[in-house]
Amino acid sequence: MPVEGFTLDLTTIWAFLIALAVLIYVILDGFDLGLGMLFALERKRGDRDVMMNSVAPVWDGNETWLVLGGGGLLAAFPLAYALILPALYAPIIAMLLALIFRGVAFEFRWRTERGRWAWDIAFIAGSGIAALSQGITLGGLLQGIQIDKAARAYSGGWWDWLTPFSLTVGVAVMVGYMLLGATWLVMKTGGPLQERMRARAWPLGAVTLAFIGIVSLWTPFLQDGYYNRWFADWRIALAGGVAAAVLAIAALMFRSLTIHRHEYRPFVLALMLFVLCFVGLGISMFPYIVPTEITIYEAAAPAKSQIFMLVGAVILLPVILIYTAYAYWVFRGKVDEGTGYH
Amino acid sequence: MLGSFDAILLARIQFAFTVSFHFLFPAFTIGLASYLAVLNGLWLWTRDGRYLDLFRYWVKIFALAFAMGVVSGIVMSYQFGTNWSVFSDKAGPVIGAPMAYEVLSAFFLEAGFLGIMLFGRSRVGDTLHMIACAAVAFGTFFSAFWILSVNSWMQTPTGFEIDAITGQFMPVDFWQIIFNPSFPYRLVHTVTAAYLTTAFIVGGVGAFHLLRHRRRGETPTPATRTMFSMAMWMAAIVAPVQIFLGDLHGLNTLEHQPIKVMAMEGHYESHPEGAPLYLFGLPNDETQTLDYAIGIPKVSSLILRHDLNAPMDGLDTIPDDEQPPVAIVFWSFRVMVALGFAMLGIGLWSLLARMRRQLYDATWLHRAALIMAPSGLIAVLAGWITTEVGRQPYTVYGLLRTADSAAPLAAPAVGASLVAFIVIYFSVFGAGTFYILRLMGRQPSSKEPRLADSVKGPIRTAGTTPAPEEATRRPDTTETGA
Repeated sequence: MPVEGFTLDLTTIWAFLIALAVLIYVILDGFDLGLGMLFALERKRGDRDVMMNSVAPVWDGNETWLVLGGGGLLAAFPLAYALILPALYAPIIAMLLALIFRGVAFEFRWRTERGRWAWDIAFIAGSGIAALSQGITLGGLLQGIQIDKAARAYSGGWWDWLTPFSLTVGVAVMVGYMLLGATWLVMKTGGPLQERMRARAWPLGAVTLAFIGIVSLWTPFLQDGYYNRWFADWRIALAGGVAAAVLAIAALMFRSLTIHRHEYRPFVLALMLFVLCFVGLGISMFPYIVPTEITIYEAAAPAKSQIFMLVGAVILLPVILIYTAYAYWVFRGKVDEGTGYH
Repeated sequence: MLGSFDAILLARIQFAFTVSFHFLFPAFTIGLASYLAVLNGLWLWTRDGRYLDLFRYWVKIFALAFAMGVVSGIVMSYQFGTNWSVFSDKAGPVIGAPMAYEVLSAFFLEAGFLGIMLFGRSRVGDTLHMIACAAVAFGTFFSAFWILSVNSWMQTPTGFEIDAITGQFMPVDFWQIIFNPSFPYRLVHTVTAAYLTTAFIVGGVGAFHLLRHRRRGETPTPATRTMFSMAMWMAAIVAPVQIFLGDLHGLNTLEHQPIKVMAMEGHYESHPEGAPLYLFGLPNDETQTLDYAIGIPKVSSLILRHDLNAPMDGLDTIPDDEQPPVAIVFWSFRVMVALGFAMLGIGLWSLLARMRRQLYDATWLHRAALIMAPSGLIAVLAGWITTEVGRQPYTVYGLLRTADSAAPLAAPAVGASLVAFIVIYFSVFGAGTFYILRLMGRQPSSKEPRLADSVKGPIRTAGTTPAPEEATRRPDTTETGA
């Protein structure tokens, strides 16, 4: 059933590019959504200011990768875009609305003394719901969506996405993002706030690891395709390898957090955990874009569209990465209390 | 079928609502980004403090408006798929690429440099900060370029063929797709509208402070005068240009979408011997008549055909199911045109006042400018309603009907999301507008908060709002990096 042969053609390149955009989004906005959820635990105004200031100059760029993921999907795989979005209507709309709340909170909370608490709540709830919705969206896609192939349309109901599996993935993503947020703050802050984040990163890491285990073991049993992908014949070795890599990185992260008390490394290692999970996801899904109904080839835009866009992507993506890196470089280093001069 | 019709109607209301709300912000920030780049450039060039004061004043408002534009814009990029999935599947191969180019060339540019523009002056120095300001301004323009190309293609589709099996629009020539026949007109008309919108908001705020100074018997700050003066120059120069561009756009629409022009003009009947220009009337789609019409004979033919006696076809030549709802198009068009001429009036009035050296004392001009502050926003919305409603019942003009474009969603799902959008947009963006108005209520002065005055510790990552900061790099801001 699955197309086993892998060829590097235009469609595969675009599948990689879209996956890359989504991965960069998860990495960048992940820590900033996680930081939003951690806001709930830090009640001191000064700490909250520092936390927010650590992402204020970059959050807009982080979210642009989400727009690229969506826009790129429309451009390179219009059929997949047309099938997936209506199928996951509720979680996607919830995510968009949540992102509104947290996005404006960056500006609004500096514009009012009396109403600040409200925008703090908007920031926390917006971040949490956005993360939960993203996880549910992923879970909803992984568990498969009901389509009418002849009509090129989604044919399920508007609550189909709601299952124990999708909710589990939703919570997993929330916890994972909080781990990213906590390790980001270990890197960007100092003093008691940093210490608290270090203390929180440890249990968050443990729970994240547990969720990675649960979702990884659950996924193969959702559909035969996934099972065969991971456990048939020699592939069990692949599964073992990925699992070992996850455990090794997690071990390094815990050591780095507690024993060596590094500042930058825990964040980098947490990111690596996410990259590994993402690779695992790719192994489960490829070459399907709507598992296990539509392959990337069936959903692909014509070569002419893909070539036209590829020219732009090849030229512009490196430039974007350079100036994004530059923006992070400009705002590198620790954030200190007292920068809230608004 | 009633159920699916309801879902489509709800989806249309939702799209119209979210896109109208969204566009208010870019309509303002496209112009404001350029204004800020000009102010920053003037400050660096002349080192005249009022330009820096104005930059600091408007950059805070820009940050608020831009954030609202970003978050309401993310909604738009997903709504094509969530609510218009059939359209996305069919038109995706053609419009997807220009939309991806918009993200790559515009959104990243804006987002990447926004942080530096807002918080980075002391960290990167004047030159790079100026480059960041210019990059944000160019980003807003590139964004307009691509999204207007896509919208124009939907109005005047070219450069494609239709796939026999999937029914998808397949690109044949991307040059023709991007530079489709209505694109150049729509682009310049919209970007100019954005500049005018900003000019009138800036002018209105300037007028407000001039009036307040006068009432309190104070002398206006130099920054306030400069703000008002710059805005009035824009009004005087750009408003007439915009009327000329609008006329060109109208002639282009007549060529490619004559039915839309019939609706704009209220021409239910054909006029074989010259069509009247209706100034007023109540369009009645039922009876296909313009009730209580007041018109000037033959002037419509003169404007559109440059010939008093040129015959003009009316909607009586068009089947009912090809007609847009006339009343909306007829009225929104009149609102736009009326505001355009009112803007021209303000521009000319300001020239007169300037000639008499009374620009800062002409109280009635200031009152008029204050009332006209939101005129650009209203005109822009009215213009978009004219062109978008006027192309109904199609999403891709003449080829794909709106009714055949929608996602297979249940009406309750769309109804629930629509209610959520309405409640959240009004409360969140209402609060944002309130904060913007409150910032506008403070007068621009050299006492705009500065980083150096209020910060004791070393400055690392600056905080959210742009209360920046001289180009003076303090020694304790030096980075140690990792």
